[in-house]
Amino acid sequence: MLKIKTADLPALYERIAQSQDLFLPVRSAGQTDFALWQKDAQVDLDTLKTVKSPKDVFFPQSETLYSCHREDGKLSVTPEELCDKPFVVFGMKACDVQGIAVLDKVFLSEPVDSYYAARRTHGTIVALACGRPETSCFCTVFGIDPAAPEGDVVTWMVDQWLYWDAKTDKGFALTDFLHDLFEPADESTVEQVKTAIRAIVKKLPYADLSLEGWGAQAADTRFDSPIWEQLYKPCLACGTCTFVCPTCQCYDIKDYDTGSGVQRYRCWDSCMYSDFTMMAHGNNRTSQMQRFRQRFMHKLAYFPANNDGVFSCVGCGRCVDKCPSHLNIVKVIKAFGKED
Amino acid sequence: MQELITRAKALLESGEVQRVLGWKQGEHIYDPEPAFFDSAEALKDFVYNGFCGANLSKYMIEAAKLEGKTLVFLKPCDSYSFVQLMKEHRVDREKAHIIGVGCKGKLSVNKIDADGILDIQGAGYPDCADTLTVDTLYGQTTVSYKDAMLERCHVCKGKEHMVCDEQIGESADTADSDRFAQVAAIEAMSPEEKFAFFQSELSKCIRCNACRNVCPACSCRKCVFDSTKFDSTQKANTTSFEEKMFHIIRAFHVAGRCTDCGECSRVCPQGIPLHLFNRKFIKDINSLYGEYQAGVDAQAKAPLTSFTQEDAEPSIVAEGGLTHA
Repeated sequence: MLKIKTADLPALYERIAQSQDLFLPVRSAGQTDFALWQKDAQVDLDTLKTVKSPKDVFFPQSETLYSCHREDGKLSVTPEELCDKPFVVFGMKACDVQGIAVLDKVFLSEPVDSYYAARRTHGTIVALACGRPETSCFCTVFGIDPAAPEGDVVTWMVDQWLYWDAKTDKGFALTDFLHDLFEPADESTVEQVKTAIRAIVKKLPYADLSLEGWGAQAADTRFDSPIWEQLYKPCLACGTCTFVCPTCQCYDIKDYDTGSGVQRYRCWDSCMYSDFTMMAHGNNRTSQMQRFRQRFMHKLAYFPANNDGVFSCVGCGRCVDKCPSHLNIVKVIKAFGKED
Repeated sequence: MQELITRAKALLESGEVQRVLGWKQGEHIYDPEPAFFDSAEALKDFVYNGFCGANLSKYMIEAAKLEGKTLVFLKPCDSYSFVQLMKEHRVDREKAHIIGVGCKGKLSVNKIDADGILDIQGAGYPDCADTLTVDTLYGQTTVSYKDAMLERCHVCKGKEHMVCDEQIGESADTADSDRFAQVAAIEAMSPEEKFAFFQSELSKCIRCNACRNVCPACSCRKCVFDSTKFDSTQKANTTSFEEKMFHIIRAFHVAGRCTDCGECSRVCPQGIPLHLFNRKFIKDINSLYGEYQAGVDAQAKAPLTSFTQEDAEPSIVAEGGLTHA
C-alpha cells in the first residue's frame, strides 16, 4: 500500500500524461464527465457519479470504423487504426468497473470486437472507492463492493491522502513509473475507511432491493406480464437512461456522406428509439411498451440467461437520477416484486 | 391534495371521465412520475407536491387518441402548452376535462446541494414552507424553497390558467427575476465569447433527445432527426457542427410556438440551459412584432405565421437581436 497527498495529485496527472493519455473526471460547464486530462482541466474527484459513465473511454459514443474516398474515379478504403497506445482511466468507481466487465462479455466474446479489444488491451484502470454513496446507489444488490473496487490499481481518498494499491501487472507497471511520487502507507487506515463505506451502504434506501424472480427464468414468466403496460406510460422514449448507463452496449452503424466518399461510423443506439433495429423489412418493435420492456428484460432476464446469471445492471443509479419522468429500473424491479 | 383526489374520484365514478392524468407517488418525495389512473382505487398512489414539475400537456396528445375523456391536472404554466397544442390541433379539447391546479413554484432536487437526500420536508402542496428541511444519509440540512425552485419558476408567467374547466387550489406568482436578463447578457458578449459559451454548454450534449421528447412544441409524428433517410449523424455528435445543428434546428422549429415552459432545461441530464435559445427567439419576436406569448389564445394569429405590411424587413430580422437588443 502506497499513498500520495491529494495536493500532489496534479504532479501525478502530469507524470502520467507525459507518456500516456489520461482520462479522469473533469468538471466543465457545471457538470462532471470523464475527459482527457489537460493542464487547465478542472479535475473533480468529489462528484460521486459522472453524468455519463466512463464506458465511452473504451466504447466511444461515436467512432469511425473505416472511410471510403473517391478521387479521379478511383475508390480507396481506409480502415480506422486501432488503439495502439497505452492510456490510463483514473477514478472509476466500483460499479463502473463492473460495467466494463459486462461490456467485456459482449465485445470480447467471439467474434471479438477489435476496436473495443484494442482499447481494453491498452487501458489501465485506476479505480477509486466511493467516499459518499448516494441515495440512488444500489450496486451491492449486484454483489459489488464500493469500498473495494476491481481495477488494475485501487485507490481510496482518506482526508488529505490518496491511498494506492496496485493489483495487476498493468497496475504494478504504472506504479513503478510513478514510484517516486508515493510514500509507503499503512493498510489499517484503508481498512477503517472500507468499514465506514460499508456501514453507509447498508443504510441506502435500495440496499435491500430484491432481485427475486429476475434472471433467466424471467424471460418466460415476466415477458407477457400486464405490468409493462402500466409501467411504460410515463416513458418519453428518450435515450437518457441508455446513454448514461455503464452497461448499455447497443450501437448503430451508419454512413456519413462526406461529399467525396463515405465515413462509416458506429454510434450508441438506444432500444428506446423508434428506429432501433429498423431493418429493411421494417420489423422493429412497434410500440413504446415493447421498447421499454426490452431495455429492462435485457438487463434483468436475457443478459443473465446468456451470461451465467450475470445481470447487465450494476446499480450505479444514474438512470434513477436522470430519467426526465422519474422512471427507472428500481421502480420496475419493485413493481414486479409487489405483484409476486 | 385530498381535494384533487376526491374530485378525480367523483369524475371517474360518474363516468364523466375515463381516466385521470396526474402524478404518481415515487420512491421519495422528489421523484413523482406522470401517470394515468384508470380507477378510483388506483388514485391511492396519486400525489401532488412541490416536485410535480412535469408538464402533462404533452401526454394529452396520446390521450386524445384514447376512448372517452381524460381528466388532466394542469398548473398555470402547463396550461399555456395545452392552448398552444389546441392551436396546432394536436390535442382534443372536447376529450379533456381540465382541472387547473394551484402552484406555488416547483422544485428540482438537483438544485439542492446535498449528498444522499432521503427526505425533504416543506415541499408539500398547498402547505409549503419557506425553508425546506432536507434529511440526508450524512445529516440534516436546510435550503430555502426559492433556491430549490426550477429556473422557470423564477420567471413565473403568473397565477392564471389559460384554459381549464375548473380550478382547485391557490397559486403564487413566484417570479423574482427578469425573464430576458440571461439572454441580454449573452447578447452583450462578443461573437467569440458567445461561441465559447455555447460551445462549452452544447459540447456536453449526449443526444439523448430528452429535450425534444418532453417538449410540447415538438409534436411531429416523425422527427426529421429520427428519419433513416436524413443524411445526418443523428444519434451522435460525430462533428462539433452536428451537436449545434440539432439544438439550433430545434430552436428554430419551435420559435413562435414555444411557450417557455422550461421542460427542456428541466430534463436535460447535462444541465444545458436550453431555454436560452427559445427565450432569445421570444425576445426577438417581442421586439420585432410586438409582445407575444404563445399559448395565451388558441385563436390569435401568431407573429411568425401571419403577414402584415408593418412586418419588419428581412434584413432587420436577419440581424435579430443585434439591432433590437
